[in-house]
Amino acid sequence: MDKQRRKFLKIAGATALAGISAPVVVNLTGSPAVASAAKNQASAQAAAAGGHGDDTAPKGVKLGLLIDMRKLYGHPELLDKATQACNKAHNIPKIDNKKSEIKWIWKTPFANAFTDQSTSNASYTTRNNDFLVLCNHCAEPPCVRVCPTKATFVDKKTGIVAMDFHRCIGCRFCMMGCPYGARSFNWMDPLPFIEELNPDFPARMRGVVEKCNFCGERLALGKEPACVEAVKEAGAIIFGDLNDPNSEIRRILDKEHTIQRQAAYGTKPSVFYIV
Amino acid sequence: MYNKGTIIPGLIIFVLLITFPLWFNAFSKASTVPKVELPPGGQKECVAPAAEMRANHMVLLNEWRDDVLRDGNRVAVKVGGVEYRKGLQTACMACHTNKEKFCDTCHVYTSVKPFCWDCHLTPSVLAAKKETN
Ligand code: SF4
Ligand code: SF4
Repeated sequence: MDKQRRKFLKIAGATALAGISAPVVVNLTGSPAVASAAKNQASAQAAAAGGHGDDTAPKGVKLGLLIDMRKLYGHPELLDKATQACNKAHNIPKIDNKKSEIKWIWKTPFANAFTDQSTSNASYTTRNNDFLVLCNHCAEPPCVRVCPTKATFVDKKTGIVAMDFHRCIGCRFCMMGCPYGARSFNWMDPLPFIEELNPDFPARMRGVVEKCNFCGERLALGKEPACVEAVKEAGAIIFGDLNDPNSEIRRILDKEHTIQRQAAYGTKPSVFYIV
Repeated sequence: MYNKGTIIPGLIIFVLLITFPLWFNAFSKASTVPKVELPPGGQKECVAPAAEMRANHMVLLNEWRDDVLRDGNRVAVKVGGVEYRKGLQTACMACHTNKEKFCDTCHVYTSVKPFCWDCHLTPSVLAAKKETN
């Protein structure tokens, strides 16, 4: 049966006190299970170790999202609409406090979203519009590599970087790993801060990390992600399989110039922007 | 035999003490096995026969959890023409709408404290939230 997180932490703490934590840590990170999983996730990566941005024969479905900012400039209400749809779908608490807030998708200035691409003398549009950001469902996700419990993992069928709250022990390694600030920690019981409950989705408990799940639960019902649906009329967000030559997102990617957030980190984000 | 006077009463007291739970139980009135409230909607069928659900619902829930979250297998379970979306909130609570009278009755009796409800929303939590809004 399951061990409770608290129990696990207590045992882990006791083990550490007993002075045998060092070999345990080494064992964990070096275990064949972790090593082989990392290999599978990045089947293509092995060949192109360290190569940034090159598309080495990707296999299977890799869901991705494209945000056409040209359709969102001057419409901050559309960004809010997408965010609210997500918040509602996932029982995200509203906590007005920078440290404790929970964010799955949110808006931020260009200089924050694209720290390595902000320039001096940027255009008026760039300076005066917020950009929609979310978990990038990276093809090489550092959050997955550092999670000791595999609570964060790559869903092989969709390429979604998924979270299993049942396993998360709240160590927050993943938050340190993610260079995009895409993860939030529940410092308190979120339930009282959820404005409207969605009976189709659970809430969370104190002490777990959460983030965007590409609406896995909606995809299973044949629906689009909540943010995509929310701004459908504007056609500003396109969602689909990056590896499918016939998908709309693939066709746009082939045609338009897109940018990714902090592409140089080599995390290979699956969220693309037309700016 | 030395100290017969103390050893034999001592032994008797020891045996009485050690068997205390047994005869205490025998004399106090037997506890009653809780009776759970069946689905108020009158549904007769579950995803598995009642006896199996009684014994193994926790195993099934863990299997569903892994199917849905880890194996990406969210295909609904179909039993007797009814579709059940794998999930505590989406399947179980749809029929067993009273968690307090269904789940808790046994869990309190057996002192089993599942932490499902730390996150998963029960119909009463959902209803309470609606009222405050
Ligand atoms: S954006 Fe952050 S949380 Fe999302 S997959 Fe990449 S590293 Fe992980
Ligand atoms: S806090 Fe992050 S790294 Fe730690 S167990 Fe939870 S998901 Fe994994």
